[in-house]
Amino acid sequence: MKKKLFFIFIIYAILKPSISFSLVEIDITRGNLDPMPISVAPFFSDKITDDKIKNNLNIENLGLEISKIIENNLEKTGLFDAIEKEAFLQKPDIAHLKPRFEDWALIKSQVLITGKVTSKIINNRDYINIEFKLWDVLGAKMVDGFSLTTIPRSWRRVGHKISDKVYERLTGESGYFDTRIIYVAEEGPKTQRVKKLALMDQDGFNTKYITLGSELVLTPRFNPANDKEITYMSYFRNMPRVYIVNLQTGEQKVVGDFRGMTFAPRFSPDGKKLIMSLAKDGNSEIWVRNLETNIQEKLTDHPSIDTSPSYSPDGKYITFNSDRSGYQQIYVMRSDGSNVKRISFGKGIYGTPVWSPRGDLIAFTKLHKKKFFIGVMRTDGSGERLLTENFYQEAPSWSPNGRIIIFYRETKTDDKGKGFSAKLWSIDLTGYNERLVKTETDASDPSWSSLLGN
Amino acid sequence: MNLSKILKNAFLVVIFGLIVTACATKKSVKTTTESSTTSTTKAVETQKADPIEKLDALMQGDVYIGSDTVGELASGVPDRVFFATNETILTTASRETLRKQAAWLRQNPDVTVVVEGHADERGTREYNLALGERRANAAKDYLMTYGVSSDRIKVLSYGKERPVDSGSNPLSWSKNRRSVTVKAN
Repeated sequence: MKKKLFFIFIIYAILKPSISFSLVEIDITRGNLDPMPISVAPFFSDKITDDKIKNNLNIENLGLEISKIIENNLEKTGLFDAIEKEAFLQKPDIAHLKPRFEDWALIKSQVLITGKVTSKIINNRDYINIEFKLWDVLGAKMVDGFSLTTIPRSWRRVGHKISDKVYERLTGESGYFDTRIIYVAEEGPKTQRVKKLALMDQDGFNTKYITLGSELVLTPRFNPANDKEITYMSYFRNMPRVYIVNLQTGEQKVVGDFRGMTFAPRFSPDGKKLIMSLAKDGNSEIWVRNLETNIQEKLTDHPSIDTSPSYSPDGKYITFNSDRSGYQQIYVMRSDGSNVKRISFGKGIYGTPVWSPRGDLIAFTKLHKKKFFIGVMRTDGSGERLLTENFYQEAPSWSPNGRIIIFYRETKTDDKGKGFSAKLWSIDLTGYNERLVKTETDASDPSWSSLLGN
Repeated sequence: MNLSKILKNAFLVVIFGLIVTACATKKSVKTTTESSTTSTTKAVETQKADPIEKLDALMQGDVYIGSDTVGELASGVPDRVFFATNETILTTASRETLRKQAAWLRQNPDVTVVVEGHADERGTREYNLALGERRANAAKDYLMTYGVSSDRIKVLSYGKERPVDSGSNPLSWSKNRRSVTVKAN
């Protein structure tokens, strides 16, 4: 259905694995109100490379574009403040060899990133080599860097990989920039919404539509163990069912052979199982299907609505929501369905629990006093913290490092029923740094991939 | 097997009936008090309270009782019934509508239908899919007790995905909490 989405060929060469790095450091566990000033020099390239790239990608200044990707990624964390390039005193090519640290300190930069783009031919095919260095301006030394070679088309991913490296180095946390988001693209009036599966880079570029909009599609989710695979729900032939799609081949298959509607799918952390709800004869239960043995098993057994299941990262537990107490609340059970315990006891109703990839928190949607909240609680239900409040929002999904939550928000319509929109938003676990995530169309049901493999 | 299912459903309906009557009595008392309060306020606030009066005529509790958006399955047979927030219980009016549908379906034995279940926008997507399925099944079960065989009725939940009214207010939401019986052939 869809052709190969991408191909990347990488040769890593760590330039100088440095030992200690104590001077520049960021604590990201609190809301950071004082972003670190950082300079990202345009990556430089020679004339031959420029001509080649113009020919291949129709881009004038690839090095500048790569530096912009890095700046944009780092600034959106709220932890960094990129200094305007006009303020730079030293030329990027010389800085890449050996920065004059005083010049960078003068413009108040604590960290400097430099780089170089070179075209290469391997086996008669065009490649680009990108080298980057991360400098500690105050400590006056290089602290990290690498060089990698890739096909020209994958140049944006290089910018993301560099961003990840910088973020990891400066915060001590793993990065999340070389990732994608799968979501539902929405168009048309509220009463006749057309919905398509869409895939984009984490920063909103390279959007690709996976379905055509001829049938209703909902709740796509990445396989955390395989970034080429997603699961979602489709109303194909008016039979609402859960599907698995291979994003590389476009191959798509219905999951299981159920009489009744299957929905709310999610992969297990190892990608070998799929949990979902089956609604039949007015009752919704949670089922698991082993994708290797094709054995399926019912996990809950209750006349109430049991849905929105999500595995803990070790695969031992499942959190879900159920209205068995009268209203939607969050529960945790062992992954074999035993030991069901309610964990949400605050005021209001609770839904869409999603286990953090770190394992210590569960993100959720809460409805209280006619407002919708996105919040987090510990896995025993303690320590509830509400991060954001709005007219309508739901469907939290974690960044792979568990620092950011992406969700969707819908607007209230006016008296005439006009003004509806659905957008993706992200917020830090700290409750700070709420941001609109740009998408080509209206959007809902986001799911964040793991860091992409090669 | 069919008979036992009908019996089972008949039993369910008896229970349903009891619950609904219980609720209905409670609710009717409540609505009278509510409307008397609103009428007093109206007297004080003069013309300003007009929309409230209109709302009262269109909703009972928070169940829609108006005729806007209601289509016909056949001449004189309404196609849909409405539900209270987060509820799947059929109201007295809903049961009357469904009895009309069942009677018409018995007279037209070749017709098959899809009962579509819907929810309003004030709930999470996945929960609403389940809720829509429950509502559609409540209607289906009632049709079955009145002699329509289950193989003539398919159930399809749309959750909150197909509202008929795009407003973000209690009246719009009440129109969207519905199950609609649609001819399938």
